[in-house]
Amino acid sequence: MANNDIKEALKVGFPLFIGYVPPAIAFGILAKSCEISLLESFMFSAVVFAGASQFIALNLLMTGMGPGGIILTTLLVNFRHFLMSTYLSTRIGKMAKRYIFLLAFGVTDEVFSVLSFTKRKLTKTFVFILQLSAYTGWVSGTVAGYIMGGFLPEILTKSMGVALYALLLAILLPELKTSAKAICLTIASGALNTILIKLDMLPDGWNIIACILVIAFIGSFFMFQEQGEKAYG
Amino acid sequence: MDNLIPLILGMAAVTYGPRLVPFFLVGGNELSQRADTFLKCIPIATIGALIIPDVFNAVPDAPLAVVFGMGFTLVYGFWRGGIIIPVLGSVATTYLVLLVTV
Repeated sequence: MANNDIKEALKVGFPLFIGYVPPAIAFGILAKSCEISLLESFMFSAVVFAGASQFIALNLLMTGMGPGGIILTTLLVNFRHFLMSTYLSTRIGKMAKRYIFLLAFGVTDEVFSVLSFTKRKLTKTFVFILQLSAYTGWVSGTVAGYIMGGFLPEILTKSMGVALYALLLAILLPELKTSAKAICLTIASGALNTILIKLDMLPDGWNIIACILVIAFIGSFFMFQEQGEKAYG
Repeated sequence: MDNLIPLILGMAAVTYGPRLVPFFLVGGNELSQRADTFLKCIPIATIGALIIPDVFNAVPDAPLAVVFGMGFTLVYGFWRGGIIIPVLGSVATTYLVLLVTV
C-alpha cells in the first residue's frame, strides 16, 4: 500500500516539480537583480517556501522597507494558508505530531490546490512525496535562475512572470471541467477580489482572505443540497 | 545589502505559523455538514482570487501577452489537461507575443 502511495505521489508530483521550475527561475533572476547573495536567495526559497510572497518581499526590499514591515506584510499575505491548513486538517487523517510539523511546512498555494483536488486518501507518504517534489522544483529553480539569469534574454525572463499563474490555472482546470458551479465560484472570487483591490480598504493579502471567506460561504449554500454529488472532496 | 538572514527567518516564522496551527485546532474533530461544505469550497475560492486580477500584471505593461499566455493554458489545459505543457506553453506563448509586439 505504501508502494502505491509512492507511485501515485510521483505521478502527481513530477508535473508539479516541472511546473514550479519556471516561476522559481523567475524568482532567482529577480533576487540576483536585487543584488542579494546566492545563499540568501537559496534561503528565501528553502526556508520560507512561499511562492508569491517571496516576490512581494523582494519588491518591498527594493522600495527600502525595513525588515519589520516586510515580515508584517508577509504575515498578512500568507495568512490565507491558515484557511488552507484548516481544510487540509479535515482531509488528512490522524497522524503522529512529528509528521504534522513536517507536512505543515509544505502547505503552499500550489501544493494545497493539488492536494485538495486529489480524490484519493491523503496519507503521509503521498502528501510528503508530493511536497518534496514541489520543494525540490522551487529550490533548485531558484538557484538555477540566480546562476543563469544573466544569460537568458530579457524577454524570456519577463515571460516567466505568467508561470506561477499558469501553474495554478492548470491545477484548477480539471475541476472546472466537471462543474459549472466551480466555474461560477472561481469567477465570482476573482471578480470580488478585483472590486476589493479597487476599493483599497484592506491591507495587502486580506482582500484574498475576504474573498475566500465570502465566496466559500456563498458556495456552501448552493453546494449544501448536493451532498450526494460530493462537492469537492 | 545588509545581512538578510534575520529577515528571511522572520518571514519563515510568520509563514509557517498559520500553516501549522489549524492542524492542532481542527485535527480529528467531527465537523457539521455545513462547515464541511464551506471548507470544500475554499480551494476554488482561493485559486480564483489568487489568479484574478493579479495575473494581468504578471508581465509589466504587457497585458496582451498575458492574455495569450494564459489563453494557451486555458485552452490546452481544458482539452488535454496536465501541468507541464500548460505551464511551459504559457511561458512560450507569452514569449512569442512579446517578441512580436515589443
